[in-house]
Amino acid sequence: MNWTLTILIALPIAGAIVVALGPPDNKPAARILATLFSAAALAVALFAYFSYNQQAGGLQLVDRAAWFPAIGVSYHLAVDGLSLPLVVLTALLTFLAVIASWNIELRVKEYFAYLLILEAGVIGVFSASDLLLFFLFWEVELIPMYLLIGIWGGPRREYAAIKFVIYTLLGSAIMLFGILLLYFNGPTPHTFDLTALAQYRFAPATASAAFLLLLFGFAIKLPSFPFHTWLPDAHVEAPTAVSVILAGVLLKMGGYGLLRLNVGLLPEATRQFALLLAILAVVSVLYGAVVSMVQPDLKSMVAYSSISHMGYVMLGVAALNAISLNGAAIQMFTHGTITGLLFLLVGVVYDRTHTRDIPALKGLAPRMPLVATIFVIAGLASLGLPGLSGFIAEFTVLVGSFSTLRWATILSAFGIVITAGYILWMLQRVFFGPADERWRHLTDVSTREAIPLVALAAIIVLIGVYPAILTDLVETGVAPLAARIGPP
Amino acid sequence: MNFGLISPELALLVIALGLIVLDLIFSDKIQKALPYLTAAALLAPAALVLMLAGPSQTSFYDTFVVDGLATIFKLIFLLAAAMVCLASASYVKSRGISAGEYYTLIVSATLGMFVMASGNELITLYIGLELTSISLYLLAGLHKTDNLSTEAGMKYLVLGAVSSATLLYGLALVYGTTGTTFLPEIAARLSTVTPVLALAIVLIAAGFGFKVAAVPFHMWVPDVYQGAPTPVTAFISVASKAAGFVIVLRVFGVGLAPLSDFWPALFAALAAATMTLGNLAALNQTNIKRLMGYSSIGQAGYLLMALAAADGRTTSALVFFLVVYAFTNLGAFACIIYFSNQTGSDEISSYNGLARRAMGPAIALAFCLISLVGMPPAAGFWGKVNLFYAVFQSGLLWLVLIGLVNTAISVYYYLKIVHAMFLRTSADESPLRGEFALGLTMVAAVAGLVVLFIAPALLTGASDAAAGAIWR
Repeated sequence: MNWTLTILIALPIAGAIVVALGPPDNKPAARILATLFSAAALAVALFAYFSYNQQAGGLQLVDRAAWFPAIGVSYHLAVDGLSLPLVVLTALLTFLAVIASWNIELRVKEYFAYLLILEAGVIGVFSASDLLLFFLFWEVELIPMYLLIGIWGGPRREYAAIKFVIYTLLGSAIMLFGILLLYFNGPTPHTFDLTALAQYRFAPATASAAFLLLLFGFAIKLPSFPFHTWLPDAHVEAPTAVSVILAGVLLKMGGYGLLRLNVGLLPEATRQFALLLAILAVVSVLYGAVVSMVQPDLKSMVAYSSISHMGYVMLGVAALNAISLNGAAIQMFTHGTITGLLFLLVGVVYDRTHTRDIPALKGLAPRMPLVATIFVIAGLASLGLPGLSGFIAEFTVLVGSFSTLRWATILSAFGIVITAGYILWMLQRVFFGPADERWRHLTDVSTREAIPLVALAAIIVLIGVYPAILTDLVETGVAPLAARIGPP
Repeated sequence: MNFGLISPELALLVIALGLIVLDLIFSDKIQKALPYLTAAALLAPAALVLMLAGPSQTSFYDTFVVDGLATIFKLIFLLAAAMVCLASASYVKSRGISAGEYYTLIVSATLGMFVMASGNELITLYIGLELTSISLYLLAGLHKTDNLSTEAGMKYLVLGAVSSATLLYGLALVYGTTGTTFLPEIAARLSTVTPVLALAIVLIAAGFGFKVAAVPFHMWVPDVYQGAPTPVTAFISVASKAAGFVIVLRVFGVGLAPLSDFWPALFAALAAATMTLGNLAALNQTNIKRLMGYSSIGQAGYLLMALAAADGRTTSALVFFLVVYAFTNLGAFACIIYFSNQTGSDEISSYNGLARRAMGPAIALAFCLISLVGMPPAAGFWGKVNLFYAVFQSGLLWLVLIGLVNTAISVYYYLKIVHAMFLRTSADESPLRGEFALGLTMVAAVAGLVVLFIAPALLTGASDAAAGAIWR
């Protein structure tokens, strides 16, 4: 036992309990406690990042204990270059989301408790090395998210929350069938251990069936066209910080599952279904971008853009080579930071104007220069401007996929053009041009609001300028996958 | 003759008689202390049960056996009885139910269940069953000023008597065929299914089916669950159901074991019908006690799956599931009793917005309901996974698939309550008063569920031992 990852998961749970049991009617105490616990979790996550030996690679920081031997389940946590960035991302975004949520006034203790439980569940998903444990953490995320959308959401919150639950439950149930299929047709004695399963060659029929079942579960989470309809509803209704977590971290569970389970356990089946993945990817990229273009609501524009950007993850997986897989893994991290930032900015604008209607917002830049600046940075990163992190990720995906999926790559690259279109058009309408009389009284962000914005913008620039801090680590995680796939 | 072997039963008898005497002497003065006194006194038989745990022993000319199966079930009964006593404190007092009779009957029902767990012979088992049943009929109707309670008691008695008669007829046919009432002897003298034996098995299964609330012998459940005093409902749903399963395991797993190519199919059909009807009927319930009634039918269906597989591995899973179910249902009912005390209603609509008025109990109830679905992070997850896995390994894939579909259906009505508590709002937002005894019960149940989730190995040893006692 190394304990680092166990502590990383236990900290937010402990935080949730402490916050929930804290003094009633004391909102500042709940806020400070939640901030402290999420900061502690972030510190542990960073400790994990720095104590991970990149030269050695592979699964490290292993925590392992027998759990339910009769079934072959063990408590087995570990991280590698694929999961560690996402663990850090989760801890980071949760910390920033907690800071961004200080303005929540309704049922404060509950709110932070759910947010922290959510963090524990997602970190668990990324660090589980046992398939059943993976599934278990996958389910943990469901209830807090349901409550966060359903209690603190917008006018149609109940509908959005239930839709989220139904889609997620359906996806996870079918994913569970896939997991069980692998379990019962894997090595004997039956095991859920990811490493043992990865070394096993499944019969082609089993592999194909399991691949499709798992794909279904992950495609809902990612989300990929045509399983995406829960996402805009959930995002539009969810409070700002919850949107940040949802887009920044929860969607990554789908991409991570694709890489870890579909590619990691079933590389042959992935190759067999590469065309299907490529089609889903291209449709998601283009459909998401085109629909973003016509959204009058700022938040649903960002939500649909997520569908488009997550399509690149799928494209990277479909192309199945070392470069494209690297791109997919990097895209997950960078999209988490960029979209997280965009949702925070939308939230800041909405808090002040009480509208998200793009045509109604005009000429905000002079009133809120810092928000406008950071919004432009985030927007440019989203459309893939060189020098910002979005470029690194999407460029890597496209470079990798061009050799194997030429037409899909060309079509997907067109998505970047559309993205540039809707982002720039939106920036121009919202921030520039003649100012509206209504927005004269607006003020720029407070220091507390600025912290998460500046932090995320800094990370986006940092990765854009010096990508090695991310890409070196990701490469150690992708290398074993690429080695198993072999040359095309 | 080894009287030491029945020391837990003797202790229960002393407690029951002691309660009557105390009630006679002190009557009003002691009413308030009775629940705590009874719960504490139940520690004595618990200690004795644990002291007797170990290799199988028999006494009273082999009519009475103490083995791994008896031990774990006796502990379940004691857990249920103690938690129900705690949960009853304010309920019994506020509704004017006579406390002395109430707690005495709980203990005497527990004594009957003890005999059911340890009986090695048909007549002994039957006496245990009747002692339990008669105590429960009285308990169900004990809220004498409430029409629904009286109706529940009456209905339970009439239908229960019919089921007892059915059971007795089946047992008589077995005795007539084999010439003995001792379970191991019956097993030794049976080899093939004759028409008479087939009839006997069907009759016995019907009689026990009534006890565990299996479809189509479940008609009493909704009315009795709704009408009986809520703590009694909790007791029936946990202890009486567990007792039904232990007696099935004894009679079928030991006595009728040679015919195990015949009766498992019967239980498979019962399981499929029970879980499907229970879960479907629960969907549109508006009263939480009725909903829990149908939920308990659904849960019985899952448990019956284990009997359909009929081997050691599934029996171990059944015992594991039952222990977890006991914690879960007792915790859920503690919350329901609490809300009923505070809001005066059992309608699900009155659960709207309760999370804001009583956070702790709302979380406890949500946690127990999640455990009933079989979702992590509650022990119900392991209960269900372990059971479905064991049944699957026995080759009953179709039954497992029906179970999974039912689990998916059950999510709706269990989460409907969570939804009402946490997402709905109510006009009245005044905080509810805390109740110590019920709070203790909830904490005990939730703690049990968390501990068993983190360390299921604490229980698997005992459940394997229980299964080993009958499947050698």
